[in-house]
Amino acid sequence: MNKQNNTFLEWIDKRFPLVSTWKEHFTEYYAPKNFNFWYFFGSLALLVLVNQLVTGIFLTMSYKPDSSLAFASVEYIMRDVDYGWLIRYMHSTGASMFFVVVYLHMFRGMMYGSYRKPRELLWLIGMGIFFVLMSLAFTGYILPWGQMSYWGAQVIVSMFEAIPFIGETLHNWILGDFMLSDAALNRFFAYHVVTLPVLIVVLVFVHIIALHEVGSNNPDGIEIKENKNPQTKIPVDGIPFHPYYTVKDIFGVVIFLIVFCGIIFFAPEMGGYFLEHNNFIPADTLKTPDHIAPVWYFTPYYSMLRAVTVNFLWVDAKLWGVILMVAGVAVFCFLPWLDRSPVKSIRYKGPIFKFALTLFVISFFVLGWLGTQSPTPLYTLLAQIFSVIYFAFFILMPWYSKIDKTKPEPKRVTK
Amino acid sequence: MNKIKIFLLVLFMAPMSLFAAEPGMPLDAAPIDTTDNEALQRGAESFVNYCLTCHGASFMRYNRHRDIGLDSEAEVLDKLVLTDQKAGELMLSAMRKNEGEEWFGVAPPDLSVIARSRGADWLYTYLRAFYRDDTTVPGWNNLVFDRAAMPHVLYELQGEQKLVVQTVDGKEVKSLELAKPGLMTVSEYDQYVADLVNYLVYLGEPGANDRKRLGIMVMIFLFGMLGLTYALYREYWKDIH
Repeated sequence: MNKQNNTFLEWIDKRFPLVSTWKEHFTEYYAPKNFNFWYFFGSLALLVLVNQLVTGIFLTMSYKPDSSLAFASVEYIMRDVDYGWLIRYMHSTGASMFFVVVYLHMFRGMMYGSYRKPRELLWLIGMGIFFVLMSLAFTGYILPWGQMSYWGAQVIVSMFEAIPFIGETLHNWILGDFMLSDAALNRFFAYHVVTLPVLIVVLVFVHIIALHEVGSNNPDGIEIKENKNPQTKIPVDGIPFHPYYTVKDIFGVVIFLIVFCGIIFFAPEMGGYFLEHNNFIPADTLKTPDHIAPVWYFTPYYSMLRAVTVNFLWVDAKLWGVILMVAGVAVFCFLPWLDRSPVKSIRYKGPIFKFALTLFVISFFVLGWLGTQSPTPLYTLLAQIFSVIYFAFFILMPWYSKIDKTKPEPKRVTK
Repeated sequence: MNKIKIFLLVLFMAPMSLFAAEPGMPLDAAPIDTTDNEALQRGAESFVNYCLTCHGASFMRYNRHRDIGLDSEAEVLDKLVLTDQKAGELMLSAMRKNEGEEWFGVAPPDLSVIARSRGADWLYTYLRAFYRDDTTVPGWNNLVFDRAAMPHVLYELQGEQKLVVQTVDGKEVKSLELAKPGLMTVSEYDQYVADLVNYLVYLGEPGANDRKRLGIMVMIFLFGMLGLTYALYREYWKDIH
């Protein structure tokens, strides 16, 4: 039996690098042995991606991308398709959990300096995935064609109109109409089920290839490749990804599934945060809801959009809002070059960085919460203050990361 | 360092303390139990008698009511189908959309998922908060939905309420008073509306009870897996120091 297997593998290997690929990426990919809780979220993001792809395919089988049928087809899935409710909740909960996992994954990178040399490109590819993920979430949220789908999307697409000179033309070109309508629903469906999934899968693949080229960072922020066993050439602090991290990640997956299934089976609306109450009202193009709020994962940026209330430098407030919002996402791309600290990990960084990062997290949560509320003068003021704090974290980083008192990094990874 | 931590905590909590209550009338808590089949059947019968004339529940099929104990098709036809529709058909309104627009100003909304957008408490309060108001077109108004286009369909059961406005500490407080009693006592009517709203909650997601039942099985399985995968992880990692 074994001999037969070997000849079969040899036959494959002469034609395709199966064994060497397996070794390079699993059994002989050496990951630092000190990964902690925060290192679960990469593999979990991959799990959620697969969940979205698989459940998405099944949803496509019964969903109708037609403005007069879309809402009813979602309810058809919920009621008449066998286990359609399960597939739909897995997909809708998966969308929110994708952001939970990705935000935690990014925060891990910020804590341990995973964006620093030599992982700048890895970080940028990750940012590319984040952009595509946001586009996927946006195009996907339109599909049920409820009130929030429609009016939330209306807010987003109207941002294009703020662009000077070409704004209106661009807006109409993107929508294929003068307003959000069936034409837009059809093309957003095409982006959501073909273009963007292909893009995200390719980018995730490239992300992993880049990761395996430079090797994983770790909570100590030191390079394990700099300390190799002279005989074996294996990093002394590295352990093979398989079986060690595959087994550990499976345990992480089960913990994640307990949370994930807890939401799917017992609170699929998540109190109106994962599935908004108003989205159970079919889209009505003539009736603007009193209060338009995007889904929770966009609310920090939505707050920034609303924070700018004055025209400035011949540019009107709306365009500044759009610029601020885009900048709020894009600013992460500059992290590798903004951080001038001699150490990578928060473990060895000084009090200023810890303070700044905490402030940043607070501003992210407060902006997120403000984005779910109707604007009042006080809330707008708060959104302005916390937007300033949010951006100050990045803009002042070259300065505070340099003067901060750091601790010396260890030679070997610690627990 | 502690001062900094307190500062950060205050900074985080300050905006949260602004959580103001939504303006408007406080809602009564609806007594919902979607496992009570008898109540659901009573609610379903009220629904087809009073609501389905103008509103549709057009994502719901009659024969789906096996969920709430109507097991045979004959029973479904007998209790719920008042038109010439078949048991496997969708619960469509007897009224056309344009007729509704003509008669009420707006087409009555489909009620299939109304409990998911409005919430049970809102519906429970709304259906008990109609009062006589001759200044409106239908002759009725509502405390939780000002100038609702819907007349008080259940008035013969509840009777007629009138609005009482009192000034307490300089603030206007609106309440309702029964001016003309209906066929039911107040508690009977509350129970009637509770059954109806209970049914609307079921109607919003007929599979909700199945979902929770399956969820418990899934959780038992996952907690079992948690132990197993943890043991596996410890076994593999025991020689990593």
